[in-house]
Amino acid sequence: MANVETKPVIHEEDLLIEEYGYDDHFHEHHHGDKYQSNFITTYIFSQDHKMIAKQFLITGMFWAIIGAAMSLVFRLQLGFPEENMAWIKPLLGKWITVNEAGVGSLAPEFYYALVTMHGTILVFFVLTAGLSGTFSNLLIPLQVGARDMASPFLNMLSYWFFFLSGTIMFLSLFLNTGPFAGGWTAYPPLSALPQASSGSGAGMTMWLVSLVFFVVSVLLGGINYITTVLNLRTKGMTMWRMPLTIWAFFVTAILGLLSFPVLVSAFLLVMFDRGLGTSFFLSEIFIGGQALDHVGGSPVLYQHLFWFLGHPEVYIIILPAMGLVSEVLSVHSRKPIFGYKAMVYSILAIGFLSFIVWAHHMFMSGVNPFISNFFVIFTLIIAVPSAVKVFNWIATLYGGNIRFTAASLFAIGFVSMFISGGLTGIFLGNSAIDIQLHDTYFVVAHFHIVMGVAAFFGMFAGIYNWYPKMFSRFMNETLGKIHFWGTIIGAYAVFWPMHYLGMAGVPRRYYRFDSFAAFGQFDAMNQFITIAAIVTFGFQILFVINFFYSIWKGKKMTTRNPWGATTLEWTTPINPGHGNWPGKLPTVQRWAYDYGKDGKEFIPQIQPLGKDEKEGH
Amino acid sequence: MNATVARTDYRRSKIHPKKFALLVACASMMMMFAAFTSAYIVRQAAGNWLEFRMPDLFYFSTGVILLSSLSLHSSYLAFKRGNTRVYRLLLSATLVLGLAFVVLQYQGWQALADIGVELTTNPSGSFVYVISGVHAAHVLGGIAALILAMLHAFLLHHRVTPARKLRFELTLIYWHFVDFLWVYLLLFFTLQ
Repeated sequence: MANVETKPVIHEEDLLIEEYGYDDHFHEHHHGDKYQSNFITTYIFSQDHKMIAKQFLITGMFWAIIGAAMSLVFRLQLGFPEENMAWIKPLLGKWITVNEAGVGSLAPEFYYALVTMHGTILVFFVLTAGLSGTFSNLLIPLQVGARDMASPFLNMLSYWFFFLSGTIMFLSLFLNTGPFAGGWTAYPPLSALPQASSGSGAGMTMWLVSLVFFVVSVLLGGINYITTVLNLRTKGMTMWRMPLTIWAFFVTAILGLLSFPVLVSAFLLVMFDRGLGTSFFLSEIFIGGQALDHVGGSPVLYQHLFWFLGHPEVYIIILPAMGLVSEVLSVHSRKPIFGYKAMVYSILAIGFLSFIVWAHHMFMSGVNPFISNFFVIFTLIIAVPSAVKVFNWIATLYGGNIRFTAASLFAIGFVSMFISGGLTGIFLGNSAIDIQLHDTYFVVAHFHIVMGVAAFFGMFAGIYNWYPKMFSRFMNETLGKIHFWGTIIGAYAVFWPMHYLGMAGVPRRYYRFDSFAAFGQFDAMNQFITIAAIVTFGFQILFVINFFYSIWKGKKMTTRNPWGATTLEWTTPINPGHGNWPGKLPTVQRWAYDYGKDGKEFIPQIQPLGKDEKEGH
Repeated sequence: MNATVARTDYRRSKIHPKKFALLVACASMMMMFAAFTSAYIVRQAAGNWLEFRMPDLFYFSTGVILLSSLSLHSSYLAFKRGNTRVYRLLLSATLVLGLAFVVLQYQGWQALADIGVELTTNPSGSFVYVISGVHAAHVLGGIAALILAMLHAFLLHHRVTPARKLRFELTLIYWHFVDFLWVYLLLFFTLQ
């Protein structure tokens, strides 16, 4: 061993980039990176999109653990309302009330706070910032062949506004009156009257401030993503050569940019109602025996504004997951994605339709039934592009030489979840059936499967697949597979039974059901759901351990392109610095899905077309 | 700002990424005001709506902000021509006009209160206050950019470098945007 000479390893990618690449004189003005020179600028106020991606991911994981732990507490209440909860008093303090017999129970107002925070945290902090923030940041510059985002500085601000937003929300958990408890949708009057409930005072104020900062973060990120995709693609990277991940992030950013400002307008009007006595959303109200000054406001107006964001928001959550899954499925089944252009057009169609279906969240709010018809039709039309995507994923898998890695298992699991959850969406999109099903556990089951669990599956697929690019090491595959099977079985065990509860009319957001004789028969089912939720949470802890252990102790990445993928991010060095490619920028010669073409397993995008070779599509 | 961002000289698209990013941001801000004005329409249709005439001051302020756009644009042209005196003069005029606009808006709000339309009187008035107030906040952002532009104009030598031209163009685009936005809002209030 001692005599082995170490030859300098020559990478084929480097030769290709050197021969065909575009020289942007990166080195001439790159005398040391003054933006990445010490600990603070490298790890904290970093302007490198790869580091910002990791910051988003780890902050998102922190929030995911908190949000999921909250769900366990209220699941305990729902499954075992009679049990003694005094043991959790050291953590929750006065929110657990202990009676003379020493039996502790969860305070009802805190139950509502937990439900509200669970929704807010998961929707905004985990599945928007943690998912789209992580992977848009990591993959957009790497896959379009850019040195960094259009404005690395705004990109850094985007993360720190998210951090600020999270800090404010976190502090609101420790308020004496508790965090906001009026539901994640924050409908007035609970959100607009500080005296409406204990969480509507300081809790709601902090909730509003936190989410305004969050919107700033989303907008700063989105402006960057759109500009980078449109302006900083490398030579040869035409729109039709972009991987589906980039298409998905691009449309996601457009949705966010057009819908989040509407939420800010709604929030501003709520703030005026709360603090300055206007009556945008407050009608004539008696509270505590007192008539308020407000006259003639419309709470339904808030719902319109909220859901004009709220519906695109669910696609902001699911589109990035769809993009990641498309890429992972194609790479791991060693086949081109089936129907690439149909996939792109479906993303665009879903993005467009998402703006004209918002009132399907309001069928039972007293909107005009004729208007409901309009929204029913467009809602059901979304099934078409969704079905196109599902068909294409399955067709991509069909006949593929599938590698069942943790990443591809989660991608396949995503397709399963998306089908299950999507089908129940067709029920709920119908305004007549919605009369029975609205605000029941059927709705809870539907959206948790289709945008909660499915989006998590997309995120896990992305993490397992791109972990080597982030940390130059692999996560443990065996633990990853255990994580997958535990999660998919667990998630179905949690959410499948909820459909039956919902069909029987069990309403969501109720603290306990013992005054309703009709729901007594579901006690055992509620216990089952709670136990399944606890077990599923345990598997996520396994994932967290695997994630952090692997950062330092995982198997080292020895080749640049461990999955044999075609896209540009795998042509960078194993541990890419700020700027991604050490020399020239790669140029793109072909589309992103040349797998199994001309007898080759895969052909990277930087490989020029051969003689007489036609570009595949 | 950062050396690692790829240079754009080979690209087909002529527009600078930062300029494009600003346009995207303008679209986003436009959505916020679209939300306000459509909420206005929906609320108006629900009845209990106080009708009133917009005070004349708002029309004066519109004239002022239109004039400021004109002077900023002329200042930009003078900057490109290398005419330092006109460039500095018109830039200062723009700042004065911009500040005058905000003052006139404030007096407009007082005039509204004088005719009995206070913030909490009726949603029709509340909308005018909130929408014009949020717009004024955006104008204040523009004024901050103008002050920065003034510092550049008076403290630096007048040289037309790509970086300074870009900086001026960004200020110009944003100022035109808040101007256009106010014209839209005033037409909306007048015609609704």
